[in-house]
Amino acid sequence: MKVLVAVKRVVDYNVKVRAKSDGSDVELNNVKMAINPFCEIAVEEAVRLKEAGTASEVVVASIGDKSCQEQIRTALALGADRGVHVEAEGRPEPLEVAKLLKGVITAESPDLVILGKQSIDGDNNQTGQMLGALTGMGQGTFASEVNVGDGTVQVIREVDGGLQTVELTLPAIVTTDLRLNEPRYASLPNIMKAKKKPLETFSPSDLGVEVKSHVTLVSVKPPAERSAGIKVESVEQLVDKLKNEAKVI
Amino acid sequence: MKTLIVAEHDNESLKPATLNAVAAAQHFGGDVDILVVGSGCQGVADAAASVAGVTGVLSADNVVYEHQLAENVSLAIADLAAGYDCVMAAATANGKNFMPRVAALLDVAQISDITGIIDADTFERPIYAGNVMATVKSSDAKKVITVRTTAFDAVAAEGGTAVVQQVDGAHDAGVSRFVGEEVAVSDRPELTAASVVISGGRGMQNGDNFSMLEGIADKLNAAIGASRAAVDAGFVPNDYQVGQTGKIVAPDLYIAVGISGAIQHLAGMKDSKVIVAINKDEDAPIFQVADYGLVADLFSALPELEAAL
Repeated sequence: MKVLVAVKRVVDYNVKVRAKSDGSDVELNNVKMAINPFCEIAVEEAVRLKEAGTASEVVVASIGDKSCQEQIRTALALGADRGVHVEAEGRPEPLEVAKLLKGVITAESPDLVILGKQSIDGDNNQTGQMLGALTGMGQGTFASEVNVGDGTVQVIREVDGGLQTVELTLPAIVTTDLRLNEPRYASLPNIMKAKKKPLETFSPSDLGVEVKSHVTLVSVKPPAERSAGIKVESVEQLVDKLKNEAKVI
Repeated sequence: MKTLIVAEHDNESLKPATLNAVAAAQHFGGDVDILVVGSGCQGVADAAASVAGVTGVLSADNVVYEHQLAENVSLAIADLAAGYDCVMAAATANGKNFMPRVAALLDVAQISDITGIIDADTFERPIYAGNVMATVKSSDAKKVITVRTTAFDAVAAEGGTAVVQQVDGAHDAGVSRFVGEEVAVSDRPELTAASVVISGGRGMQNGDNFSMLEGIADKLNAAIGASRAAVDAGFVPNDYQVGQTGKIVAPDLYIAVGISGAIQHLAGMKDSKVIVAINKDEDAPIFQVADYGLVADLFSALPELEAAL
């Protein structure tokens, strides 16, 4: 079974992103970039499937400018076998990323496609589902457990009321939630080995996709700040404040 | 501008999140219809017809929609979208699951999790875990939108007199099957709809200690939530999680107990009217957003609080 994993290069999880003072965009100069945490979970899941003997090959794809090859190398160091880079300038929107990934799927014919449920920059939570619609594949979004069977995959999904299990016909799409697994760290020897793993680059036109823009960023601003309130000295004072000042109980 | 709202429901009752989505759609000033996709969901359709300000209700009631599998319902919604300028749903786990599929079927972008409507093409939405608010403009003729429910005050559930129209046909993509679900049954109000929420974090130390929150929750008719750290540690199930990737809540009163206040948690609760933080670490970031902070050991503060209420 072949597994395709999509990864995105995003601002590192630990960086507190701010709006530029002119409000034109967020400040991204000289900030640390990393593989999107949900994508990292996707890579880990694919590698575990390979280690369990379920998957025979793990291909990792990323869409973006040249710099996202760094994140492909990270995924290769975590255990993926080879990389596919689709070179696209700017910030391709989820629908366009889904179209490009569909192109990769046509070329690679994977049995299972694993993506993060959302990226921590745009917070869109769209690409996996859109890819499902474009390819006609079933989707197991927000996965907390993935069990591959014979020609099917069962996915336990985190939903508002608890957990839901669905069974999908392969090939299928899975998007990862936080508790699917805990990604490993890449060891130094594996980082060295990853440098020698194959990485192919395609342009959108190679995949027959014309990248379009549907949404433009008009401006950004900081969120409305909450000001810190007061410290109370005791539970008694707290209850008094809630009753008589805030009047919420 | 004609908007189709996809109802949030469980075949039995219309969920309040739908009322927030209707409120958002009313910003456009045009007709607002509600679509109920489900199975045996006549009661939901009737409830949707009495929502204030709703023009019409479409009911796609078929066994293939019973569990609202995204593959099937997205085909139904995309079909019906032809008659509308905008398709909208609440950004619930359900809405997030099927709406991007609808958008892709229509070959348009989805604008996720909007918190404001500036005009028919321009929307406000949080990015970077709520650290930045973005204003975005869509060039698509047809809009597909999910709504952050806490940003729009719900319309009244009663007062409307819309007529329910049945939608014929059934879409079965045939690639997915519902196997089962583990749904928590609780007498408490739903986390996203409760007027008081009390949440525990890693400071609770274990799952058993969450019972210390229950007595207080009973007295305040509160829902119980948790931080990601508490869910990851296995103290409580995933449906308790409040935060950027969990549930977004905005109750009248939010009590954070033993929660340090990571940005991802704050993103899920900072629009609450009054925030109380109880934490023994006086430097915990949660105090920066709390209206009332109590620096105390939660194991002594919680019994005291329960007794004082």
